Formats: sequence, structure tokens, C-alpha cells
Amino acid sequence: MKYKARKKAVLLLADGTVFYGKAVGGEGTAFGEVCFNTGMTGYQEIFTDPSYFGQIMVTTNAHIGNYGTNNDEVESGSVKIAGLVCKNFSYDYSRVAADQSLEDFLNKNNLFAISDVDTRALVAYIRDNGAQNALISTNVDQLEALKEQLAQVPDMNGLELASKVSTKEPYFYGDENATYKVAALDLGIKTNILRNLAKRDCYIKVFPFDTAFEEMAAWEPDGYFLSNGPGDPEPLKGAINVAKEILAKELPLFGICLGHQVIALANGISTYKMHNGHRGINHPVKNLVTGKGEITSQNHGFAVNREETENNPNVEITHVHLNDDTIAGLKVKDKNAFSVQYHPEAGPGPNDATYLFDQFIENIKLTKITTI
Amino acid sequence: MPKRKDLKSILLIGSGPIIIGQACEFDYSGSQALRSLREDGIETILINSNPATIMTDPSMADHVYLKPLTTKSIVEILKKHPNIDAVLPTMGGQTALNLCIEADEKGIWEDFGVEIIGVDIDAINITEDREKFRELMLQIGIPMAPQATATSYLKGKEIAQEFGFPLVIRASFTLGGAGASFVHHKDEFDELLTRGLEISPIHEVMIDKALLGWKEYELELLRDDNDNVVIICTIENMDPMGIHTGDSITVAPAMTLSDRTFQKMRDMAIHMMRSIGDFAGGCNVQFAVSPDDNEDIIAIEINPRVSRSSALASKATGYPIAKIAAKLAIGYTLDELENQITKSTSALFEPTLDYVIVKIPRWNFDKFEGSDRTLGLQMKSVGEVMGIGRSFQEALHKATQSLEIKRNGLGADGKGYKDYNLILDKLAHASWDRVFVIYDAIQMGIPLSRIHEITKIDMWFLKQYEELYFLEKEISNYTIDTLNRDLLLEAKQKGYGDRQIAHMLGCLESQVYNKREELGINRVYKLVDTCAAEFKAATPYYYSTFESEVTTPDGQTFVENESVVSDKKKIVVLGSGPNRIGQGIEFDYCCVHGVLAAAEAGYETIMINCNPETVSTDFDTADKLYFEPVFWEHIYDIIRHEKPEGVIVQLGGQTALKLAEKLDKYGIKIIGTSFESLDLAEDRGSFSTLLAENDIPYPKFGVAETADEALKLADELDFPLLVRPSYVLGGQGMKIVINKDELEAHVVDLLKSIPNNKLLLDHYLDGAIEAEADAICDGEDVYIIGIMEHIEPCGIHSGDSNATLPPFNLGDLVLQQIKDHTRKIALSLNTVGLINIQFAVKDDVVYIIEANPRASRTVPFIAKAYKEPYVNYATKVMLGDKKIKDFDFKPELEGYAIKQPVFSFNKFPKVNKNLGPEMKSTGESILFIDSLKDDEFYNLYARRKMYLSK
Repeated sequence: MKYKARKKAVLLLADGTVFYGKAVGGEGTAFGEVCFNTGMTGYQEIFTDPSYFGQIMVTTNAHIGNYGTNNDEVESGSVKIAGLVCKNFSYDYSRVAADQSLEDFLNKNNLFAISDVDTRALVAYIRDNGAQNALISTNVDQLEALKEQLAQVPDMNGLELASKVSTKEPYFYGDENATYKVAALDLGIKTNILRNLAKRDCYIKVFPFDTAFEEMAAWEPDGYFLSNGPGDPEPLKGAINVAKEILAKELPLFGICLGHQVIALANGISTYKMHNGHRGINHPVKNLVTGKGEITSQNHGFAVNREETENNPNVEITHVHLNDDTIAGLKVKDKNAFSVQYHPEAGPGPNDATYLFDQFIENIKLTKITTI
Repeated sequence: MPKRKDLKSILLIGSGPIIIGQACEFDYSGSQALRSLREDGIETILINSNPATIMTDPSMADHVYLKPLTTKSIVEILKKHPNIDAVLPTMGGQTALNLCIEADEKGIWEDFGVEIIGVDIDAINITEDREKFRELMLQIGIPMAPQATATSYLKGKEIAQEFGFPLVIRASFTLGGAGASFVHHKDEFDELLTRGLEISPIHEVMIDKALLGWKEYELELLRDDNDNVVIICTIENMDPMGIHTGDSITVAPAMTLSDRTFQKMRDMAIHMMRSIGDFAGGCNVQFAVSPDDNEDIIAIEINPRVSRSSALASKATGYPIAKIAAKLAIGYTLDELENQITKSTSALFEPTLDYVIVKIPRWNFDKFEGSDRTLGLQMKSVGEVMGIGRSFQEALHKATQSLEIKRNGLGADGKGYKDYNLILDKLAHASWDRVFVIYDAIQMGIPLSRIHEITKIDMWFLKQYEELYFLEKEISNYTIDTLNRDLLLEAKQKGYGDRQIAHMLGCLESQVYNKREELGINRVYKLVDTCAAEFKAATPYYYSTFESEVTTPDGQTFVENESVVSDKKKIVVLGSGPNRIGQGIEFDYCCVHGVLAAAEAGYETIMINCNPETVSTDFDTADKLYFEPVFWEHIYDIIRHEKPEGVIVQLGGQTALKLAEKLDKYGIKIIGTSFESLDLAEDRGSFSTLLAENDIPYPKFGVAETADEALKLADELDFPLLVRPSYVLGGQGMKIVINKDELEAHVVDLLKSIPNNKLLLDHYLDGAIEAEADAICDGEDVYIIGIMEHIEPCGIHSGDSNATLPPFNLGDLVLQQIKDHTRKIALSLNTVGLINIQFAVKDDVVYIIEANPRASRTVPFIAKAYKEPYVNYATKVMLGDKKIKDFDFKPELEGYAIKQPVFSFNKFPKVNKNLGPEMKSTGESILFIDSLKDDEFYNLYARRKMYLSK
């Protein structure tokens, strides 16, 4: 073992700003929309979270990779981010329960990463100038050519990405003898949502993003779930229709993140692209029903229009984000449906909001009893 | 829930004198709490016997009582203030909690209708009674290490038989791990068990199965009345279980915890806090995690109060725990409060860090001859430093540079150990040099696996060390001319000082500095902002680092620097670094007042310090805080960046004063007394010439550089002799010798431990009385702020003596000499600012022992006793903003104020408790007496010779 010299690399933003760093592994170039996550733990969960599809992820924690990776601590079958930008990359890790180093894990998933970037300056830049497309590359001498390539990358606004991460075929999760059957529409579902449902005695059938309501209903589920996922919710016409039908039939419905936005759209409330989104595991949310606060895991670049929600007689705001008063949760009045913008399933992040899964089960029980 | 309307007047209990395990972090928390309560219009009443604190300033609370921390004092205060609605006991450490419990047991709170806020008595009782705590934890499903209670020797033996060794014995209701010990073998057990039982006020010990080598973590929590709980900080102990957390090198955020295990720990912590009682306030929880693939988590303890770690966590994250905890205690909920740093987001959140902090404790084993220097369950350090960096390595380097133990960081100074067996032994028995020995071991080629096996330090940390070593080796292949930019930048990013790099390259520090300049490798400053730059922050709390470049779309390349320099005139105040014996909280008191006074005089104030326990490093104190080592390279870069009018060095003790020479050399203005005068006072030869010219007597003395010279000198000076090295602190290495054998032995010893130092030999005035005076001088006038007389005879260090203000039995003739000498010396040294002069009085003649043209340990004491803001005045004089004649001095004191030193000998059971010229006390308290007939004074006077070493 000895001193390890590394190749130079750059992060190029669509507006032409360049941040210098070093390549973590080999050579390469990766494109995506730049965003940052402020979590101090859970990098592996973040990298495999389908909601991050197409994003160049900037991790703000000073070190990344310290505890390696573990095959069970993933949120989907593969790495979903488009590229990684960090400050200090740990080639050496330390954890008995780890299966491999982060470097090996990223290599296996063909993910290009750069380190030694002034991530703090970068975050401040994104904060002030908003999310934008970016690339990371070792071709530091060909900035002009890179700029041209970057200009070809489509804008995230209006971009439908759920189709890229959704399952192609339906599949099952959990114990088939479980008490409740939940039909989940996969817009980019995180495994921890499935774990949380299965733990609560649910048997889940996960359907591709473009499944029609009838097909889901044919399985005779006790409740419906609309998952998280990447991209703009507005193009997801199919999912919005599914939500409308579930609401019309007053069936138990729970939506998380992109699913939450879809439920809002189904109620005629619009969504918008946020300046730079919420991504971290320390976001404060207030539950307006109980008056209590909760620390939540968040990952979204779009949000539900607050004014339209307030003026919509059919929905009620149940949760707000304490930092900027954006809508964090809502309930459809007189229906058995609710949704949150954040991630009660954690993975990564705090478990303060897992009660929402219990609430979903309670809602299912209500209909089950009434229908029997 | 908004603020409670029924709480209008609150009593806050301070933590008393500084002792090991309870230092100035409680001045920080208490001061914050007082400020926080006053913001809400609440009347505050404070009791604390420690005069060297900011919290006991008249401006901090509506009523300050510098009284002994006893229930008697509490009753007196409650009688005088019948309107007190509540007591907040969580800001004054275990001392305050214990006093609160005692008062509760005596029914005092009930009698006066005072409510306890911030904690409840049940919570204190449960967490302090290990048996009850354990029962509760098991009941709520929180795993604990196998443990049992013994209230007798016999029961203890039975438990040991059952558990087997190694074991831990902990005494109930004690502080800082007093009476706690590891028992590795059967034959140590009897003695340690007996000691534990004796030290516990309720004759009870807990015996636990030792979780040696488990990873150790601490979480800092806040909870409000609505049962919202947030985790402010997670701290990982680099030293695993087995070394007291106060003595461990600790790191934040946690470096080696996966999200899954961390969230489990977080859930457990919240569950624990909710289960111990129903209160709104702060809490500290400690956990051990098994270093295997189970990652089992075991709860160790929970403290329902603000702690040393919460002070560290506040500085580490920028989230002011004590300030918010005080707000929660009066009924606010977290969601109603704002993030104190961003001022735009909610206080109900969990800070996130984009940097790393490393805390290293500071020990003073040299003061406790014969002490067991091995670290263990009982805390032995007297202070701590914190380094902030953009990586663990940078933070670690900065922390080592902050320690002021003549090291420049890790490695690259030729001072490492090179003996294989010594290194192995030191790895096995951690002591003050732990942080360096790991590096030495790697340098020696000892495999990391072996180092891990011995120390159980997580491999991640060891790998980080190893990377540093590889980098040092790589750089050593170059010369100053061949070294490339990337490598130099990397070395700087990893925290290496210019001096260290110069050592690697075999060149001068200034050459490395110039090369950096040439290559544009400059220090930049980043903000501690609680949110990793996600939100704009409004608080000027900075640390330095080296960063990669950014190019803007229009082609400008730069490195981002967040510290924007204003066009105001600025003053830098140098802090006093880590607490240690001889330089403690008094100097932080002085620095804080210096900052406030400079602000009043219209300056933008800039504080540089690295001690996380202090008020000076509260981001609310100065206009700008640079949390940086008080180490030349860092200071110089800050000064170059800020371009202040000058630097105040006379308030930060020896730490700051030592930098005066270099500042002067680099043409940076020293505010107040010039470097020449500071140097003149320190140089015995020139200083005695000055005394002689002014007809001021001084004991015969001489300077020696070898033992031979010293022996020759002894013939001239006559025994007894006082022998000491020059330029030292708190009488370090100072000793009285009575014959040539002793002289030779001590000189040889000193030259060995502090080579190349001149030794001072004074004729020791046997049986003399010691006195000291503090004065402010503006170059024209001198105002003596106070004269104190030591109760013990000459020969005991002034910091260890009981002393009275004013003197209790010095005649007019003697007092006049003291006054005259003080004036003459202050003026002839061209003092501008503070000066402290120590005298020995024998046969009505006043001799000068030494003069220090700087703030002394006694200044805060005198300020408190006379109720006058002397440091404020002195600072304005230094700045040239005011003259002595501009102040209206009105000292107020009926009777006498006695300064009483406080020792922490109970942490060092086998140490010689005799006192001498070397200071050993860790803190002090103030006692006001009406007359000399007071029993307290009589007792002190009667026992004055008891501890004098022969």
C-alpha cells in the first residue's frame, strides 16, 4: 500500500460553471440533473432509491463510503443515480456486516463518481441558482465538447421517468397468507415501503406504472398504494386515472412522494418544480392533526401547489414542512385516502413517521369491516 | 404550546468551581440559559460560587449570588426572593442536579412553592440510581450490559464470581466517573471494590460486565412539552469502550455507523428519554455497539441535563443546545422556535454537518506526580480542544495543533516514539499521547490489524491515519522546488501545517508558506451553519480549510471563501486554548470581556479560539468567531484575511502571550503593552535591572543553563532556592530545593524534560508572606484594582493559595510599598492594559517575585468581589479608547472576599497532595465574609501550613 494519485475530473453545470475534483475510479462521463442530499448516513440507500433516477447526486457529508455497502441495505435492485459527487471518498471501509467497498459497489453498477469537489460551494450554488442539468467527467481538457453534449440532455421539467424505473412485470412481496392484500403501483417504489407493509401483515402485488385500475382491482386488494418515483408527476396520466378511480370507489389509498403528487393531480390540484427541492433526512414536518413534529426523510424536486390545495374543498392539508410551509401531507375528505410528500418508510432516515403505515392498515381494516 | 405565563422569576443553579469532569462548559450553558430566559422577559436569579465565570457577571442575571452551593444558600435566596416561581437545575452539571435533589429531599422547593423545570426529580433519580435505571430499561426493551448492585463488600464478591472478569465497578451518585474502575484480574478486585463503596455517598456500587472494545457513541437530544424529540448531534468515540468519554478522542458526525444501525440507536434514544420522565429539556444518551456483524446496541447511560458533550455538540453543530433547552423549559415547543443560525428555518430539525469535528482532551499529568497516567473509566483530563475540518484528517490535525504541547500535528516533527516495545506498551495503555502513538506505530511499520487488535480503534480511523502516513512519505520524496501543486494542496487539505511540510521537505516553514502563496493555495473559510449550506445562514461562525477551484461561466477561477471581510475597523482577540492547570476559565472570562469592550469601543470583534467548552467560542459572543487552533499559521492567515487594526494578546493567558513575539516580528500591531515590554518583564536580567534602577527590592537570583552553573550560583544565592524554567505556566517544573543534592537532581530533571531552556534560581524567602496586586495602566496613570494577601506562606503557588481581598494583616507601611512598587513597575514597563505583580513580604520589606503585564488569574475574582468591570476598562485603555482618568472607580465590598482553590485530587488517588510552587488546583470559589472573626477564615488561617511540601 502506498500513496494513491488520482485523475482530475470536473463537474460542469448547464450554465457553464465548472467545479474541479478528482475521479474516484476510472475514466468516464455521466449526465443528469444535479441535486444534493444532506443526510449524514444512508448513502447506499440513497444511491439505489429509484426516485433519484437521472440525478447527479451531491452528498454533503464530509466522508462517503466509510462503512462500505451491504447487500440488504438497498432500496432497489441497482444504483439509480446518474453520477456521484462527494468531498472525501473512502476507498477503505470498516464494517463487519459489509459485503464490499463502496468503490466496488459503484463499479459493479457502472456508476461514475468524482470526489474532492468543494461540495459546500456547489450546494450553495444550487441553492441560489436552482437545480439544473450537469455532467461529471474526466475529460477535463474537452470542456467545450462536453458543454455541447450537456446541452442535449432534456430538462427534468415535464419529464416522465417512472417508466424507466418501474417493474416491467407485476411481482409479489411478503407472505401470501398475510391478512391484508395491497396493490402497489410502482412508479419507482423503494424496497423499504414493501418491507414496512409486509411487516404490518400485508401481502403486496406490485404493478407496472402503466397498469390500469381494472387490472389492479382484479386481484381484489384490500388497499391501494401509489409509490414514490422520479421525474415530473404531470405526464403520469395513467397513474392519475388510477388514483381517480380508487377515489371514486372510496377504496383505501395511501400515496408517498410521487404518489402523493399523483393524488393531488387526481383532485385537480397542480404540481410545480421546486427551486432546488428537499433532499435529506432531517426535514421537519408538523402534523396538523396531532400538533406534533416529526423529523422526516425527504426526496422531491416537485411539490403540490399550496394555494390550490387550500382552495380545494375536497382535500385537507394534514402535514406541512416547517422550513418553508410547503405541503407535506394531505387527506382527501370523505374518502379513505391520504398521502405524504416525504418518506415515512425512511431507508435512509428517521422512523418518526412510520405511524402512517399503521394508519393505512387501520383504514384498510375500516373498509374490510364495512364490506364484510 | 407557547411560553408559560406563570413563570416570571427563575432560579438557575451554576456548577461551582472547576474540577475534573465539570469545567467551563457549564459557564457556557449557564450563560446561554440566562440570556435565553431574559430574552423572554423572565427575571433571573443565579447562584454560583465560581467567580471566574461569565455567568456570574452582574449583567448576566437580574440577581447574582456568589454563594456556596448549599441548601442553606438556596434558602437564603428563596427568602429574599419569594417571587421565584421555578428552579432550572439542568445547566450546572451534576453539582446543580445534586443540590436540587438535596433541596427537594429537604422539602425546600415545596416550602417556597418553587417548581423544578427542565427535568423532573424522578428522572434524575432513575438515571442516577443504576439499579432503577436498569430495571426501567429492561422493562421498555432497551438492552443493557449484565449488571448488578452491591451495597456491601460481600455482595460485591458474589457478583464478581457470577460475572467473571473483566468487570467494571462504578460508584453510584458520583461525577466524571469518580470511583469507577476496570477490574481485569481477581487480585485487583478487593481494593477497587472498597474504594468504590467508600466514594459513593450512598455506599453503593454497580458492577457491570465490561464491554471492552465495543464502539461507543453519544447522542444529544432535546425534547419539548409536546413530546417532540430531536437528535442534535451524534458523537463517535474513536477510543472504544473502556476509556471515559471525557478522556476519549471523539468525532462528529459518527463516522462508522450505517443508517440502519444509527436509526435503531436514534429510536432507542428517543424511547429512553420519553420513558425516564415527563420533562422538557436536554438529554445525553450513551450507547455501545458490538464491533461484529450483529451490531448489537446496548444502552450505557442517560443524563437528563445539559452536559460537557452537549457543549461540544453545540459547537460542533452550531445548534445552541442550552439556549434552546432553556426555552423548552419555560414551555415553548420546538416548532415555535427558529434555527438560531439560519434565522429562517425551524428549530425542530436535526443539524447536518458537511465537515468533521475532532475533540481531543488535554491532560495535565505532569502536575500530579506519581499519578496513574493510564486512561480508563475515570476522567482525568482537565480540558479539551476541538478541530474543525472538511475531513477527519484535517480536523484531527487541527485538534493536535490546538493542544499546545509543542507538537505541530501528527508526525513530521521528528518527535514521535521510535521504540517498538514502548509503542506497543503505549498502545495497550492509552495515555495523553494516545493520538500520536497511533501514528508512530504506523510509521514504525506495525500492521494496522495489530494496532486494531490492541486498541480496538475502528479500522476506518486507522486507515485514515495510514493515508496520512503515505502522504507524508510521498511528500518526503520531493524538495520544496520539485513539490507539485496537487500534492501540496492535498497535504494542506489533510491538515498538515506548513511547519510539518517543511520538515518533510527539509526546508523552512516560510519557504512552504511562500510556495503556497505562489501556487495560490490559500486558506479559505467555511461556515458552521447546521444545514450543510442547504439554507443561507446569518451567523458568522467560521473554520478554515483548503478547497478545490470553481470556474464561473465567464471564465473566472476562484476558491470559494465564505468569510466576507467588512470595511469596519477590527480587533482580533486571541483566546486561551484548552483549559489546563494554571490557565483556565479565568482567561476565557477575560477574553469575552475584551471582545465586548472592543465592540463597545466601536470595533468589529474577531475571536480566535479552539476550546469548545467556552463562552468565547459561543458564536453569539464576538462579531466573528474563527474556531481555529491558537497556532501561528492559522492566526497569521486569519490576520492576513481580516487585516485588523491589531491583536489583543494580554487576555488569553500564556497561550496568546507566547504569540506576541511572532506577531511583532511580522509587523502586526499588538494592542496595549508592546512586545518589548512583555519580553522585558519575562527576562529576569533586564527586569531586575529595571527594578534596581527603581530601587525596588527583589530576591537574589541568577540564571543557569547547566547543572554546573546552577551549583556555582547556589553558593552566591544561599539555600533555600526556588528553581524554575523561564517561560512556563502555572509554575510548571518549579521547585524549592534546600541543598546541592536536591538542586542537582532537579536541574538535571528540568534540562531533560525542557531542553535548551534557561533556568532561573531565586533565593527563596523562607517564611515570607505572599501578596499580589493587579492594576490597569494607561502609560500615564496607574489604577490598582486590588491587592490580595495569601493566607498560606510563601512557597505555595499563588493559584493554590487561599487569599483575601483586601489583605487581612499587612500593615500600612507594607501596603504603601506594594502600591508604590506597582505604580513604578507598571509605568517603567510602559504598560498599557493590565499588569499583575507578585510580592513576598519579609520583615516589613516588600520584594518583587514577578510581574506579568497581562490579565491574571485574579482579575476576574477582584472584578466580582468589587463589582467592577475591570477587564472592560483595561481593554478600552489598551485600545486607546479611554484613559484611567475617564473611569469612575467605585469598588464595593463590605468585609473580605476569600479566594479558595479547589483541587481534583480524588481523581488521582495515589498522588502526593502536598502543595508547593507548582500549581495543582483546577478551580476556585469565592467566599464573602463580614469580618476576620468568621469561622471559615479562622479555619483556613489555622490550617495554612498543613499542605505545604517540605
